[in-house]
Amino acid sequence: MSTEQQILPKDAAAAEGKVNVQINGTWYRFPKGTRIADACNSVGVHVPCFCYHPKLSVAGSCRMCLVEQGMPPRLAPGATPTYNDDGYQTIQWMPRAIVACANTVAENMGIRTNGTVCTEARRAVLEFLLTNHPLDCPICDQAGECKLQEYTADYGQLTHRFTESKIKKGKNLSIGPRVNLDQERCVLCRRCVRFMKEIVGEEVLGVVGRGGRNAIACYPGKTLDSNYSMNVVDICPVGAMTSKDFRFKMRVWFLKSTPTIDVNCGTGTNINIWTREQQVYRITPRQNDAVNSCWMPDDHRLNYKYINAPERLLTPLIRTDQQTEQRPAAWEPLLRAVAEQLRRCKSSELAIIASARLTNEELYLTKHLADLLGVKALDIVPRVGENDGMLISADRNPNTTGAKLILGKDGSTLPDIVRGIKIGKIRSLIVLGEDVTAEAGIPAEQLRKLDYLLVMAHSESPTTQEADAVLPGVTFAEKHGTMINVTGRIQRLNQAIDPLGEARADWDILRALLQECGDVPLKAARATSSMEILEEMAEQFEALSGVTWANIGNSGRQILETGVTIPLIEREHAKQP
Amino acid sequence: MTEQPDAIAALAETKPSPGEKYYPPFKVTPELTKKAKAYIAMYPKGREQSAVLPLIHLVQEKHGYICPQSVLWIAEMCQSTPIHVQGIVSFYPGIRTSCPGKWHIRVCHTIACALSGGEELLSYVCEKIGIDPKAMTEEEPMAVSADGLWSIEAVECLAACGFGPNLMVNDALYSQMDQAKVDDLIEEYSKKA
Repeated sequence: MSTEQQILPKDAAAAEGKVNVQINGTWYRFPKGTRIADACNSVGVHVPCFCYHPKLSVAGSCRMCLVEQGMPPRLAPGATPTYNDDGYQTIQWMPRAIVACANTVAENMGIRTNGTVCTEARRAVLEFLLTNHPLDCPICDQAGECKLQEYTADYGQLTHRFTESKIKKGKNLSIGPRVNLDQERCVLCRRCVRFMKEIVGEEVLGVVGRGGRNAIACYPGKTLDSNYSMNVVDICPVGAMTSKDFRFKMRVWFLKSTPTIDVNCGTGTNINIWTREQQVYRITPRQNDAVNSCWMPDDHRLNYKYINAPERLLTPLIRTDQQTEQRPAAWEPLLRAVAEQLRRCKSSELAIIASARLTNEELYLTKHLADLLGVKALDIVPRVGENDGMLISADRNPNTTGAKLILGKDGSTLPDIVRGIKIGKIRSLIVLGEDVTAEAGIPAEQLRKLDYLLVMAHSESPTTQEADAVLPGVTFAEKHGTMINVTGRIQRLNQAIDPLGEARADWDILRALLQECGDVPLKAARATSSMEILEEMAEQFEALSGVTWANIGNSGRQILETGVTIPLIEREHAKQP
Repeated sequence: MTEQPDAIAALAETKPSPGEKYYPPFKVTPELTKKAKAYIAMYPKGREQSAVLPLIHLVQEKHGYICPQSVLWIAEMCQSTPIHVQGIVSFYPGIRTSCPGKWHIRVCHTIACALSGGEELLSYVCEKIGIDPKAMTEEEPMAVSADGLWSIEAVECLAACGFGPNLMVNDALYSQMDQAKVDDLIEEYSKKA
């Protein structure tokens, strides 16, 4: 060791509030208090975990994350530490492995995950976990995304030494309206128990029995009926908790997952949509610590059935005469006919009811369509519910913030439009992505009396039934676009499946309509994707300046300060030291 | 598909036992509530759940076992949840979920006693009180005689290893047992009944 006044790595790290840790032979620096498991995973050294979940308290019960650990030897009284050429002390390895989830890093600590101590410990843990595990994999929903399967492939042994008969426990137990429990598949990580206790605050799950008969259960008469119950299915590392909705529907390896956002409320929960071909099979939450942590509410998760429902509009429809039925039409002639009809309307007698369920790009095109037609009566349909104190926002529209920014509308002038229709001042109406007979409260009879009703919608509704022309749009799963959530965060919608039938993405319909209606000096009117429309919007709105499709990324970008917060995220922040 | 017994429903099933006639059925009385509150008051505020175990002992001592109704009562008293209480009840072998006989015999079968004749002692006691040793299973370690007077259970160490084989009748320990002493003991307790 050089005798110059050299700064030792420990002092350099301490100045940054960090410690030096050697992982599999390489030195890294981590902030003090980092868990060994997190430290290893952050540098690409995978630590297998069943019970550890970064959002829950540490249980340290599964023993799967055992690693070999060492520290510098304890000094004799009066001795001074010696450092090698790199400035580190030699590491004295402990003969036994420790758990990586319940221990934190320390200065000059050594971690080894590739030695015999570690792999032998993990093999032994797996052997114990598998003694009573049923051979359910061929019929288990978790197969393909099961941690027990993965780790068995990594560390397990192919032969079975356990010749005694396996302990039988409860299978296919209905513990709640949406979740089934299989006690035999459980590895007793207790993630579900901790989730219900710590995140939801309803302690309905617990562990009963002892030793080999240990099992997760809920007390008879109590059920796992929280609106967040299905999150236990996601965090269950094995197939013990399964979703009743997804049970036996599809093997997970056939599914494609697309990162996108939930459109059921203003929170804009980050999700993955799991699809195969043109069918949506399930939705799972995607971690975003600024929006939804790792969770999502059950009713939002299960609200995907309408995407592949028979009510979907798959062809454009036209009604040529008041008395006749709607009949299918081809896109191009229909758009020409619609544009011709709209140009004939008096702009003072025309109104547009748009939706805060449309993307920013679609709202932008809507604004230009209104400008082109000279329409002043334009608004969205507000949807207000109750904030559930967790993730569901009081605003049940996903993009009210976007509508305020782009249209300058928040639904407050909607009653004027509704009255205008009632008294006959408004003779023609364009409805974009709404069923106005529902929340807007316009009776179907009044819609029937209109001179002209143009509707863009993805599914059949009383409004589309009264329409003179129906333009089949798409659901959130079939288009790209951006939305701004209640906190002012812009987030991306990604297309998971192609538009069904002849339906077209809403931005594409609006763009085509804009082109047909007149000569617009807008790049957006000729855009080939919603990303291009966003580029133009970024030039025009201060809040969006510098925003591009790429830099929004899959985790979104805070562009506005609305002052609205998400209760669950606030609680999570409060818990952090 | 055959109807499988539901592992969840089984948690709150009442298991009838002939021993019930010797113990009062569980009932919430002001006296019981008062005792329970005294236990709960021993723990800091917000930690009422810590009193679950003392309350379980309180109920078991008086009523012989922990019935589903008492699980709900204990959970309510300790501001806990039934599943938490059930977790504790099902964890400890010493906490019973069905009623023992009036005289509950615990025979030690840990190594020291087993070596000094504990196993033979167990089958001998069973024979004396008219219980089939096969009725003691891993799921239901305690067997009760048809008249409800006796129950027997093989237990772990009774902390008198130097004086094996040991057995306990209710709370009294009897050491260095042999068949003659068992005969006397059974007779003595039969008279008490």
